[in-house]
Amino acid sequence: MAKFNKKKNDMPAVNTASLPDIVFMLLFFFMVTTTMKDSDLKVVQTLPKATETKKLEQKKLVSYIYVGKLKGKKGDFIQLNDRLQSIKDIQNFILDKRTKVTESELPRLTTSIKADINNEVGTIFDIKTELREVDALKINYSATTMQRKE
Amino acid sequence: MAKRDIPEINAGSMADIAFLLLIFFLVTTTMDIDAGIPRKLPPKVKKDQPKPIIKERNVLVVNINQNGEILVNNEYKTVDQIKDVAKDFLDNGAGKGKDGNTCDYCEGKKLETSSVHPNKAIVSIQSSRKTKHGIFVQVTNELVRAYNELRDRETQKLYHESYETLLERAKKNPKNETLKNKVKIVKERFPMILSEAEPIKVE
Repeated sequence: MAKFNKKKNDMPAVNTASLPDIVFMLLFFFMVTTTMKDSDLKVVQTLPKATETKKLEQKKLVSYIYVGKLKGKKGDFIQLNDRLQSIKDIQNFILDKRTKVTESELPRLTTSIKADINNEVGTIFDIKTELREVDALKINYSATTMQRKE
Repeated sequence: MAKRDIPEINAGSMADIAFLLLIFFLVTTTMDIDAGIPRKLPPKVKKDQPKPIIKERNVLVVNINQNGEILVNNEYKTVDQIKDVAKDFLDNGAGKGKDGNTCDYCEGKKLETSSVHPNKAIVSIQSSRKTKHGIFVQVTNELVRAYNELRDRETQKLYHESYETLLERAKKNPKNETLKNKVKIVKERFPMILSEAEPIKVE
């Protein structure tokens, strides 16, 4: 009778052998399509919208200057890398970036100004003056791309 | 003859490991590709540099005040109107350019009050320090668009393709000299002379 006992109507377990493959596939998809977050945003921002945008390629060659508001505080704040800094630190920030790339890449360095729509043009102009002082002339007004309308 | 089976490695936890990696990547990465309007700043001004003499008719002054209202050559305009005004101004071509040639590709009205030649036409954005960055970028965007549309028209005329595809092709084949030349010719027809004046302080 022992033979009969084994013939219970058990539900066969779902074979999970291919689960790792599926998950790995997802993993690789995300690894390829995304980029690493390099700094946490401390300032609050809404980027302006524009139609004539160009994609910023090669993140390595881009220095980001974040400008925005802080909650509960008046005025515009500048964030470089992970810290809130003053306008005087911009020159050093750019010079520091230059030491990290090879000589042939130097002319392709770009500075992306990511600023909130409610920032004052005055603040942005001060940043641009600092950039001109160190000859970082290629800039980019960060904006979200939208379709042209006729 | 008992066959010795090699025990199978238990792959049950493989999924957990992969999930862990997946979640790590989901958290640490961002999907958005950064985009923006590329601009070039003028180099630092030398102290004793002489100021260039520019005729008033060759300058289109776009003035944005702190309330986001726009004046183009002292006329009130909305953001949507700027592009066409700028295009008319750039495309006017009433006289001789820098090299003494007339603008034979311009399709404008050749008004006496508007610009002489695209390579002499300057667009100047003026603002107050309190102007909002959002409207400033919007206006810049419209002006860049005016240039891009004119360049697109020239590309269609000369090479029967759009300016965008020409740029893209030139980017993909950086060693192709003919493509590079084409881009250069189109850009020279409507050189982007877009100046950003120092914002005015308003108390």
